[in-house]
Amino acid sequence: MKYMDEYRDHERVLRIAGEIGKISARKWAFMEVCGGHTMAIQKFGIPSLLPESIRLLSGPGCPVCVSSRRYIDQAVAYSRINGVIIATFGDLIRVPGSFTTLEKEKAAGADIHIVYSILDALKIAREHRDKQVVFLAIGFETTAPGTAAGILNAYHEGLTNFMVYSSHKIMPPAMAALVEEGVRIDGYIAPGHVSTITGTSIYRHLPGRYGLGCVVSGFEPLDIMQSLLMLVKQMESGKPRVEIQYRRAVTEEGNMKAKALMEEVFETRDDWWRGLGVLPDSGLAPREKYRYLNAEVMLVADPGPVREDHGCICGEILRGIKEPRDCRLFGSVCTPVNPVGACMVSNEGACHAYYRYNRS
Amino acid sequence: MEKYILLGHGSGGLMTRQLIVDIFLRHFGDDTLQKLTDSAVISMNSHRLAFTTDAFVVKPIFFPGGDIGKLAVAGTVNDLAVSGATPLYLSAAFVIEEGLPVEDLETVVRSMAQEARKAGVRIVCGDTKVVDRGNADKMFITTAGVGTLEERFTDIGTGTGIRPGDRIMISGSVGDHGMAVMMARELLGFSSEVKSDCASLNHLIGKCLDRHPGIRFMRDPTRGGLAAVLCELAEMTGFGIEIDEPAIPVHDPVRGLCELLGFDPLYVANEGKVVMVADQTNADRILSTMRSDALGKEASVIGRIVDHHPGQTWMNTGPGGKRIVDMPAGEQLPRIC
Repeated sequence: MKYMDEYRDHERVLRIAGEIGKISARKWAFMEVCGGHTMAIQKFGIPSLLPESIRLLSGPGCPVCVSSRRYIDQAVAYSRINGVIIATFGDLIRVPGSFTTLEKEKAAGADIHIVYSILDALKIAREHRDKQVVFLAIGFETTAPGTAAGILNAYHEGLTNFMVYSSHKIMPPAMAALVEEGVRIDGYIAPGHVSTITGTSIYRHLPGRYGLGCVVSGFEPLDIMQSLLMLVKQMESGKPRVEIQYRRAVTEEGNMKAKALMEEVFETRDDWWRGLGVLPDSGLAPREKYRYLNAEVMLVADPGPVREDHGCICGEILRGIKEPRDCRLFGSVCTPVNPVGACMVSNEGACHAYYRYNRS
Repeated sequence: MEKYILLGHGSGGLMTRQLIVDIFLRHFGDDTLQKLTDSAVISMNSHRLAFTTDAFVVKPIFFPGGDIGKLAVAGTVNDLAVSGATPLYLSAAFVIEEGLPVEDLETVVRSMAQEARKAGVRIVCGDTKVVDRGNADKMFITTAGVGTLEERFTDIGTGTGIRPGDRIMISGSVGDHGMAVMMARELLGFSSEVKSDCASLNHLIGKCLDRHPGIRFMRDPTRGGLAAVLCELAEMTGFGIEIDEPAIPVHDPVRGLCELLGFDPLYVANEGKVVMVADQTNADRILSTMRSDALGKEASVIGRIVDHHPGQTWMNTGPGGKRIVDMPAGEQLPRIC
């Protein structure tokens, strides 16, 4: 298939793997921040192709994984309000809250719709004027502009039965917090799709302040291999810097229109990340002007106390300190059918990716 | 066990298995049922019969490449055929929602008749129920089927003859049915040219069985897709399975859609494909026979039975890596970004 097979070419992948091995004089550890990268790396069996000198760690770039249980609990609480329809991406439906999941609530009678975009949620609101539609807005800079556009649509249309429950987060605070906390890595495979929106200036401080290499990568096997080669070259030459491998999608300045949309609709707030705790200015909430489209302002529903599971090490996995295999729940108590932690349920979670593709 | 039935319980993966074991097997506890083969094999007066049943629910009931009627006939015919049986008789039971246009019902029934003729089976009994509007989604069809089974094919359903070195084949591309139905739901705001592969395979399978010895196992990769069949096979036989990603036929539009949604075509449903395991010496000849049939033109040898990593399926990926192929857990869910 055109524009796909070229990026999965066996010979080229092997050639780059050989080159990485040849130029690595010492061991290097790189973190792929984005869950999409984690999934691609495991799905294509990339670890089996890499020389021993390269160690890959999975980072906090799976939106479902880093969100709190309280977010699910609160969404469940909203779903129990009479007349509320929950519109959500499929990924969220099986994520465990403290005591239940949206999937179970749906089976028990809650009105929960799986949508593919916020536009579907707006459509549901237009078709059900007698109901309140709450869209579960989750994701990083990649999906936040979509939510912003949806909120603006509702605002200009005068839609009064539509709301957003935002868990949107932004990547830079987490990437900085990881190194501040002492996670030992030599460089980042920076998230490709986040960067299509933000551009690369958000990574500018990483080489200077922390001595980290940083390559914005695409999601195909050759993209990832080439990015690793670029990182090794940077580090071996002692010149860490920000480079773009994913040139066909990413520019230095990013998507100005999408950035403007986000700026118009959202303001930053302190937000809680699994594994990292509360990070200042790392979350996005609708601005005051759009408060009537914000479920947190408009709806009152008590989610009850939060219950975290003991023994689950999702937090440490998200910080790259441990691997899924280090968790005693992994594969025994915690599986994709009965996930304990969010990293197992999300398609992009490290535990899920390891379980599906690399469980030996 | 969960308190309520979840959609995932119907996905054909691990959750479905859990439901079958925890509820159905526990109460029915029948020796033949325990085998969990596509068809039950029953001996009566020295005759061997294969017996199967399947309920069909699909939304929408009409989709590119077929409809619920064609599916209901082909699905049951295929369950019999992959057991090595010659399908003969079908029953058909309809649960119809009040208000369904008679024209729609007739279109579905006409398509059933046509598919039955094609497959050479007779629909000999049936039942009809109508429920209040809203209590069923347009229509549900349940078909049951019986066929005769020659003694030499008895082990095909269970795969007990499988040995390391055997070749694994598939009769054509994977993922077409699941993606065609998904696109027919018009949820994505664009269209595609993907057509369901829904078809009766008994003639193709019959040709292979008649002409070649060495066929040791067959199954149709429906819900849960190719991955579910391979994982079950590895678990059932205790051998390992190794497959080669580039050898698995996937049509470009299906690949494209799967990439877009974050789906793996290996887990997407098929309704007109058979996975066959055959001994090494006969595999190539069987492949040629499959390819000579219109429904098997894209047939391919996709892997082999191995004696390492017992009970697991591993895949050599296109780019040259290795990874495990796991049993699907529940429904595949489209990703966030």
